[in-house]
This record gives sequence, structure tokens and C-alpha cells, in this order.
Amino acid sequence: MSKGPSLAGRSLGGVGEPSAAPRRSRLDRRLLGLVTALVALILLNIAITPNFLDVRTLAVNVSQVSTIVIVALGMTLVIASGGIDLSVGAVMALAGALAPLILGSGVSLAQPALGLALSIVVPLLVAAACGLFNGSLVSTLGVQPIIATLILFISGRGVALVLTNGNLQTFQNPGFTWIGTGRLLQLPVQGWMALVLTLAVALVVRRTIFGRYLLAVGGNERAAALAGAPVRTVKVATYVIASTLAGLAGLIEVALISASDAARIGNLMELDAIAAAVVGGAALSGGRAPILGTLLGAAFIQLVGYTLIANGVPDEATLIVTAGIIVAAVYLQDSQRRP
Amino acid sequence: MTASLDIDLRRVLRPLGGGTHMTVWVALALLILLGTLRYDNFASAYNVSSFLGYNAMFVLISVGMCLVIMTGGIDLSVGTVAALSSVVAALLSPFGLVVALPAAVLTGLAVGALNAGLIVGLRLPPFMATLASMLAAKGTALVVSDNRAVPVDWTSDFTALGMNKIGPLVPWTIVVAGLVAFAAWHVLERTPLGRTVLAVGGNAEAAHLMGLKTRRALILVYLFSGACAGLAGVFLASGYGAGQPLEGAGWELAAIASVVVGGTLLTGGMGSVPATVAGALLFGLVFNLLNFENGKGVISLSAYWQSVIRGAFLLVVILLQVRFARLQRALT
Repeated sequence: MSKGPSLAGRSLGGVGEPSAAPRRSRLDRRLLGLVTALVALILLNIAITPNFLDVRTLAVNVSQVSTIVIVALGMTLVIASGGIDLSVGAVMALAGALAPLILGSGVSLAQPALGLALSIVVPLLVAAACGLFNGSLVSTLGVQPIIATLILFISGRGVALVLTNGNLQTFQNPGFTWIGTGRLLQLPVQGWMALVLTLAVALVVRRTIFGRYLLAVGGNERAAALAGAPVRTVKVATYVIASTLAGLAGLIEVALISASDAARIGNLMELDAIAAAVVGGAALSGGRAPILGTLLGAAFIQLVGYTLIANGVPDEATLIVTAGIIVAAVYLQDSQRRP
Repeated sequence: MTASLDIDLRRVLRPLGGGTHMTVWVALALLILLGTLRYDNFASAYNVSSFLGYNAMFVLISVGMCLVIMTGGIDLSVGTVAALSSVVAALLSPFGLVVALPAAVLTGLAVGALNAGLIVGLRLPPFMATLASMLAAKGTALVVSDNRAVPVDWTSDFTALGMNKIGPLVPWTIVVAGLVAFAAWHVLERTPLGRTVLAVGGNAEAAHLMGLKTRRALILVYLFSGACAGLAGVFLASGYGAGQPLEGAGWELAAIASVVVGGTLLTGGMGSVPATVAGALLFGLVFNLLNFENGKGVISLSAYWQSVIRGAFLLVVILLQVRFARLQRALT
């Protein structure tokens, strides 16, 4: 294979350019593979899993997977820029710890509507600030993403635990819990949120100048900088988006159980999100942001886990299967790139 | 006169890791000084021996991680491998240390071999390959242990390693960890294999073209990291009387932080084993000092503060390193 088309594909792929035809078809083939695997799994489940076609089965799976999808969307953007964000789980815990504190504060008791608004806006702003911190370390100071986000991974959850003194924070607020327990058309609200966010992020990547810059920066940072792309801004933006989405996921998990446990919320979420992104076709080397792939990747991992558990395989064994899926996904992706 | 003094000083400092790694030694010395002056029992035999005994596991996995990072790689599996090995060791503890220890180290080696196979054989990125083996090791640990802590057999000699000391001060675990660290340092600084490890991290392509056995070096490094994690698992089970399938979460990142605090760059090609050991001890010391500060009763910081402080500490070290790197670039 000549080098020309693959290079062109690398910089323009997934943007929706007609000139990027070879690249797009390859991506689509990958998505097709995932869709086929998903359909096969669903057919298998219809055959062997009792009550699989019940709408409640769907609701359970959707409510379990949607926070992973929401976090994985941001992770995909960060990975596309050539970075990684280990702090998402800690940011979830931080946002999740703040919400009950605000709901229980004097402001909320005096003005419930304002309290509700603050309990959502303030944690998201704090999460965004975490992203700004990560992004600044990475882009302005040139710290490696793993190390830069390791700082908040270590201390973010610590701050959440200090704020709540390690206690389980319970609360009752129907308005707030709606984002975790509400139903639209019989399906969980957070599932719809995940779907809408997926479409929004996919549009941003495919149709906006930011999306083009993002893929350019991830594909070849020096070239992008020489071509005039605002490399720093783009990188900071990806970390801010990733943290904000993580904050939202944290709020959803808190709303789901009307309680916040800073030690548990978002635990190991960074791994789930990375796995979903990579199974969906993201490459750690950057330059690719297959957003729909991320959605499908998360759904695939979720469904494999559900299939095993619903058929009596112990929970722990699913970890081993997930490991196998990750290895297979990375291997296939790598062999596609090889000439 | 001054010139000869300079050379002598450098010779003294070299085993510690040389100039770029001095930050960590200075910080360690300052914290020890602070602890000794401020708290009565800080320098007591009990505190020193329990501190060293507990942190031996982290020294081990940090040394393994240090070598991996020098090649430009990363090993995320060390924490769950230690957990898995602790379960294996606890299950085999009735047969004594002679059986349990080698079996646990072999378990670590097996995961190391898996990592090496995925990274060197299938050419997967180290981050993803070891992420997968991290999940697999955790799953295996939970399956083997039936999802709960496995008590060790107290009648055998298994717990001797984790509990016994040489004299009042030196636990056996830190002696073993120290020997492993010394061996790693020796291989790295004094043998062709060590040069190859650094060359791979500096520029894998160039090292390969020079005819160095880069694949062998990579395989050995991941095997070594796995074995270190396996041994850390033995310490865990032996010191705490149980195999802990759920322990080890976040250990890999603590080890990475120790390596980075020790001045080793994540890009590979350079680094220091002694400074990494100092980095691991430094992180442990932060926690130890916090306990003493609470004991004084002046302030009362909950245990949750330790991770906040560790994170802030990591931030400070990284900012210092960024500064040094910029200064160095400005000078050259």
C-alpha cells in the first residue's frame, strides 16, 4: 500500500470529507464489525437468556451503561488529541460529593429551585475547573497526560472524602433524583442523555472547526501547530469537556441512589471509559475520534457482561472476558494500521 | 583542589542517582529531619521497623515499574498482580514459605510473560496490554479466592517473612526489597543488559539497528516487573495474615508516582533505581508524618487528607521538574 492515501486518511478521517473516502470506509468497516458483533450477541441472548426481550432488561442495561458512555465520550476526545485522562473517576466522586452538600445547605432550604439549580451547576463548574487544571498542565507546562491527570486521580477523590468526611451523604430531592431515576418512554433519562450527548459530540467532531483541529492535533501536533491550529486551546478544551462530562456522570450516579459515597462513585471508571473508547476504535496514539464507535464499544462491553451474568457466570469472570475483548480490539486495530 | 573535591562529591552522589535525581533525596532527608525533631516516637524502633516493613511492597513494585518506564513502557498490572499473588501465597501457605513464595513469584512471572507476549509479540501498546492483564489478574484473583480474603496458615513458617525482623529495626521484607533494588541497580548500571534497557527507552529503533537485543531486554523488563509484583503479594499475605484479592487498587499509579518523583521521565531512556526507592519511601513517609501530626493533637486531619497531600506533593515535584527541564534547555 502506498503511503499517500493512509496519510490523507489520518488527517481527514471521520470529518466527512469526500476526499477521505478510503479512511472513512475503513472506519465504517470497523463500526460494521462492532454492529455485527452486537447483533450476534443480541440474537444469542434472545436464544439463551430468559426474559431478554423484556423492556426492563433494556432499562437495566441502559441505566448501567449510560454513565460509562457519557464519560467515554470525553475520554475519546482526550485520546483523539493524543492524551489520556485518568482523573475522570475522581472528578465524578468530587461532583457527586458536592451535590448533596448543596442540596442540604441553607440556600436550598430557603429557595428550593435555586438550590436545585446550584446543585447541578456548581459541581459541573468544579468539574470543568478540574479539566482546566489537567489541560493546563498538559498543554502549557508540557507534562505528560498520564502524570498530569494522575495528580487529580490521587487527590480528587481525597478532596471529595474530606468534604464529606468519608460519610455516606443521603438526601431527598425528587427534582434532583429525576436525572438518575426518571423515565422517558419507559427508558431511563440518563440513557437519553447519553444518546443526545453522543450525537452532539459526534456532530462537533464531524462538522465543526474544533473537530478538524482536534484530529489534526492528535494526528500530528507539530504539523497542526505549523498549519496554525490553536493546539493549546484544543487540548485544554478536550480535558475540560472530559471533566465536565465526568462531573455529569457523577451527578447521575448520585441521583440514582439518592446518596453520595465518595469512596465508591466513579471507582475504576477511567478504565471502563478507556476500554469503551478503544473497543470503539480510538487509538492511543491520537488522531481518531470515532464517537459512534465509543457508544457501540460501551454497549458491547456492557452486553457481554450482562450475557455472562444473566447466564450464571460469576461477576469476576467477566473481568477476564473484558480483558480479552480489549486485547482483541487493540490487536485488530493495530493490524489494520499496519501496511 | 576544588576540582578534585568536585569529582569526589560526584562519585559519592552517583550511586544515589546523580544530579537530576537529587530533589527526592533532599526532600526525604528534610522530612526525616522534621519527623525526628518534631515527634518523640518518630525515630523509635517500633515506628522505623513498621514503616520499613509496610513500605517494602511499594519499594518492590516501584523498582519493577522504574525499569519498565525506562524502556518507555508502563505496567498497569502490578497492583492486581500483587493481589493475585497474595491469594496464591495464602492458599499455599500450609506448605510453608518454600512452596508459597516461589509459587507467588511464578504467578507474577506468568502475568509478566503475558504482558511481554502482548507487547513484544503482538506489538500492542504497553498501556493497553497491561490494562487488559490488570483486569484479567483481578478477575482471576477474585475467582481463585472466591471473592473474599484468604486466611494464611499460621502454624507454618509462612508468616515469618512478613512478621520477623533482624534485630529490633530491620524487617526481613525491606531486606529482600533492598536486595532486589540493588540487583536491579547493578544490572542497570553495570551490565550490557542495563545499557540495552536504557537504549530501548532512548530510541528503540536506533537501539535495534545498533544490533542490541531490544526484544530480549523488553521481555526481561516485564518479567522482572511481574516477579516484583508477585513478591510484593507474598509480603502482603505474609505481613497481614491473609491473601487480599481486592487489595492493590491504585498501587500501579502509586508506583508510577514514586518513579516520577524519583526523577525518571515517562518517556524512557533515563532514570535511577535508588531515586525511585527514595520516591516510594517519600510517599510512605508523608502518610507516616500525618499520623504523628494527628497524634500531637494540635490539628486533626482525617486519613482522607493523605491522598490530597500526596497529590499536592506530586504536583509540586512535577512543577519543579518542569522548571529544571526548562533551565537545562536554556543552558544548552
